[in-house]
Amino acid sequence: MSNSPEELKYAESHEWARLEEDGTVTVGITDHAQGALGDLVYIELPAVGDNVEVSEACAVVESVKAASDIYAPVTGTVIAINEELEDAPEKVNEYPYSDGWLFQVGDVDAGQLGDLMSAEDYDATTE
Amino acid sequence: MADAQTAPNKRTPLYAEHQALNARIVDFGGWDMPVNYGSQLEEHHAVRQNQGMFDVSHMTVVDVYGDGARTWLRGLLANDVNKLTVPGKALYSCMLNENGGVIDDLIVYFLNETHFRLVVNASTRDKDLAWLEKQLPGMEKGIVDLQERPEQAMVAVQGPNARATVMKLLPLECHEAVNALKVFSGAMVEIDGEDWLVARTGYTGEDGFEIILPETHVVKFWRDLLAAGVQPCGLGARDTLRLEAGMALYGQDMDETISPLQAGLNWTVAWEPQDRDFIGRKALETQKSAGIEVKTVGLILEGKGVLRGHQAVITDDGEDAQGEGIVTSGGFSPTLDGSIALARVPKNIGESCLVQIRKNQVPARVVKPPFARNGKALV
Repeated sequence: MSNSPEELKYAESHEWARLEEDGTVTVGITDHAQGALGDLVYIELPAVGDNVEVSEACAVVESVKAASDIYAPVTGTVIAINEELEDAPEKVNEYPYSDGWLFQVGDVDAGQLGDLMSAEDYDATTE
Repeated sequence: MADAQTAPNKRTPLYAEHQALNARIVDFGGWDMPVNYGSQLEEHHAVRQNQGMFDVSHMTVVDVYGDGARTWLRGLLANDVNKLTVPGKALYSCMLNENGGVIDDLIVYFLNETHFRLVVNASTRDKDLAWLEKQLPGMEKGIVDLQERPEQAMVAVQGPNARATVMKLLPLECHEAVNALKVFSGAMVEIDGEDWLVARTGYTGEDGFEIILPETHVVKFWRDLLAAGVQPCGLGARDTLRLEAGMALYGQDMDETISPLQAGLNWTVAWEPQDRDFIGRKALETQKSAGIEVKTVGLILEGKGVLRGHQAVITDDGEDAQGEGIVTSGGFSPTLDGSIALARVPKNIGESCLVQIRKNQVPARVVKPPFARNGKALV
């Protein structure tokens, strides 16, 4: 049974998106995703300033088992990346919804979040 | 995440044990197998530093009986079972097709003069059995008989403390035989009225045992090992351990299009005596006299990323000439805390190369495997 945080929105490809008060969107991967991937050992993030397009691959997470693409849940410009993951990718395993965030996107049309799933709908896809 | 399936997957007698341990189950060659229980890294370190156990009951066990067993195996395998003179001794070998390609790699145990045992890969079971049957004609019934042993389960217990732990669980009357086992030897011992083959073999680069035992005994044995503090380990850790140990994986590092001479398995081909005409020998001799242009090496990634199978290897062959090779097995090495690989490359590769990882060409160091064994990094 998954129990994803209700304040987040979710993509089918297992990313979460959080609308911040300043209108930017923080992105990470779900607890279900990190569990399926296993121990993460390397994370390739976009560069600050990169434009990302919704549903397009913009990062890669590599576990001991395999490499997986991360798809942008919204369109916008990368304004920050979680640089701590370079030396500590395991933070995504340990804290997928907090310290394990991946990147933050600005210039986002907040309406796009409406296209993403609620926690309840997402959890239904992973059962 | 589930793969489309046509037939239901097979399960080992330990499947319910894996479920009870919250294993993540994946499809492996038609079997539902545990890939990890908790952290794969912890499972890996447990084997290098202490002890871990693997359910490898999916492996295919085939007994070869009869007065002609030894002669028949000498024609079947690229390694020579005449190296096996002491009962219990084991040998690693490739089984080749006429072109010198690898049908499978296997371990053969010499149990007695009319009984050898093959352990072959699970994912190649059907074609292996078909190949074995195909080589039987000409052999009279009773001279060579094959018997698959699907009722046999198999558990590998590996790590510096593994042998001591297993010994404590075995009845006293078999201690002498098991204690005396040298590396790559096994002993058939009787436990509760059934035969167990306890062998000092493995696929991790650590000391330990692989135990072939009746499926009716395996659940209790597994639970006893668990109670003795042995870490259950999945196929994920099995793969990172064998990669660090520089051991080839069938289907990745070699297959029917690759000969042992290209896969770094020259040491498993017995050329002497010259009159032993094993299947694939002529093709290997032709390859050898024409010159083998590739070899299998180890790579240690020096830049960022993770080496994975199928990545291109770009070599500097001098004089502006560039060669290309391929990563056959790659991954993260928990012992080295970095990425390593086995790669098939032009034979004149230097001490370094580049690997194409997505858009980047990342430098890597060329080394001779193994990368780690017996708890220690070797590179």
